[in-house]
Amino acid sequence: MDQHSGGERRSGWSWWYLLFVIEVAGIIWPPFYNKVEPSWIGIPFFYWYQLAWVIVGAVLTAIVYLATDD
Amino acid sequence: MTEINWTALIIFVVLFAFITWLGFAAARWRKGDLDQLHEWGLGGRRFGTVITWFLIGGDLYTAYTFIAVPALAFGAGAVAFFAVPYTILIYPILFLVFPRLWHVCRKHNYITPADFVRGRFGNRWLALAVTITGIVATMPYIALQLVGLQVVIGALGVPSTGYAGDLPLIIAFIVLAAFTYSSGLRAPASIAVVKDLLIYITAFAAVIVVPIQMGGFGKIFAAVPAQKLLLAVPGASTTGAYSTYATLAIGSALALFLYPHSITGILSASSGHTIRRNAALLPGYSFMLGLLALLGLFAIAAGVGTAPEYAAGFKQFGNSFAVPALMLHSFPSWFVGIAFAAVGIGALVPAAIMSIGAANLYTRNIYREFINKSPTDKQEARMAKLVSLIVKFGALAFIIFAPTQYAIQLQLLGGIWIIQTLPSVLLGVYTRWFNDWALLVGWAVGISLGTAMAMASNLGSTYVLSFAGYALPGYTAFYTVIANLAITAVLTPVFNAMLGGKVRIDATVAADYRP
Repeated sequence: MDQHSGGERRSGWSWWYLLFVIEVAGIIWPPFYNKVEPSWIGIPFFYWYQLAWVIVGAVLTAIVYLATDD
Repeated sequence: MTEINWTALIIFVVLFAFITWLGFAAARWRKGDLDQLHEWGLGGRRFGTVITWFLIGGDLYTAYTFIAVPALAFGAGAVAFFAVPYTILIYPILFLVFPRLWHVCRKHNYITPADFVRGRFGNRWLALAVTITGIVATMPYIALQLVGLQVVIGALGVPSTGYAGDLPLIIAFIVLAAFTYSSGLRAPASIAVVKDLLIYITAFAAVIVVPIQMGGFGKIFAAVPAQKLLLAVPGASTTGAYSTYATLAIGSALALFLYPHSITGILSASSGHTIRRNAALLPGYSFMLGLLALLGLFAIAAGVGTAPEYAAGFKQFGNSFAVPALMLHSFPSWFVGIAFAAVGIGALVPAAIMSIGAANLYTRNIYREFINKSPTDKQEARMAKLVSLIVKFGALAFIIFAPTQYAIQLQLLGGIWIIQTLPSVLLGVYTRWFNDWALLVGWAVGISLGTAMAMASNLGSTYVLSFAGYALPGYTAFYTVIANLAITAVLTPVFNAMLGGKVRIDATVAADYRP
């Protein structure tokens, strides 16, 4: 991709980045979570699912960080 | 509303006085030569994981966000929750793109996104387009921070109409301008720690205390009207609220890190690791923003919108008054003081960083590029300090003399404009394939199209695309950046051929983007 790469460059790609695809896929399709049930302690699914996905996303990012950091 | 809430006001003023002292004291923190632009404007690129967390958190999750998102939830319901997927989507972008940008900027002493574009594509006019877009998009954003401050000052019972009503705002801004001038980015970085702790305390207390007072989440959500509780299910020939929700989230996420203040915050980190680590830690703020959005629904359930004691506040500030009213309704005065101080201080942190970001842009990419080509370090830093003052007082004048609605509409247009720098900045970090003139034409088309679409939808953020009787409503910024990219991609080989293979020099090499 980069025209100015000199010789021995690493591609910079890691298969661990696919975890980001999961992170995005879980949140990008509103029909999937636009419902009241199953509710949790009185909170409709729409709200608690998205809040929970914040935590899932943070965990996935942390996994990618730990796996790709060198 | 008309009576001053003295307990809350005193706590508010004491906390404000504390952060004022902190802002000035910050000049001596991790001492650097503040006559150099990268020391004043980027804190010497020395902030570690923890300070970066507070700084970027305080920078991105602004006072306006804390007022506007719950206000939208209060007025329109579920759609306001797009802020949650939005702030989930930003972190893969932060993780993948920004360590690379950080490395190349550090290597070449780039301070602004336009510095990078200038070096990468070698085209000063493209860099100028990025510069002007950044400054113009940031100005109304600064003005809107003041709206957050205005609302809480009004909610404290301080008279907020007429000449005297603007006085607290003017004082707050003079304080802000003074410590930004003297301490640079170190001031908002240190204040952000205080502000963020206050905001976390407020958000968690509200989400625990209010449901207990009201008899549980079940009762609260039962009191929210059905049409606000979920997104409206689209009809047969439209993607309706679903595409609106998803494109708002994606478009906002793509635009966020193109704002000068975001990039200023990120470039001040001490390493690429710091940025990547923060991509996993910053979602703490997204979670809190989600909780705050819920407060808008709590405010519906608490019935503050019809309570006579808050009528004057809603009349003056509209739905922005929902959260302050909920706080006054649910908490003792001393805690209201803390909560309002959190919002008020929350306005100063991003306003300071935004003015620094805009000042860096002017100094590096207009002053140094077009006016004084070889300034000394001292001249450069002095120019940036001066411009940060001008930018802030411009925003202050705007909010005092122009209707708030204008600032809101301009900020909305700003989001549509700033995303047009995506191909040059975000994609530029990965590829030099695009032709610089093609990028400039794509930018111009995106800006014009976006402005026209926004005008056509009465300065709303969404536009309805129609294909053969099928309607696709979506965020204008999202649609127009696709048009921008398509044009840039099509014109790139055309321009390359016209220029006969003469490619401008790229000042960066692949190794610059890595540790």
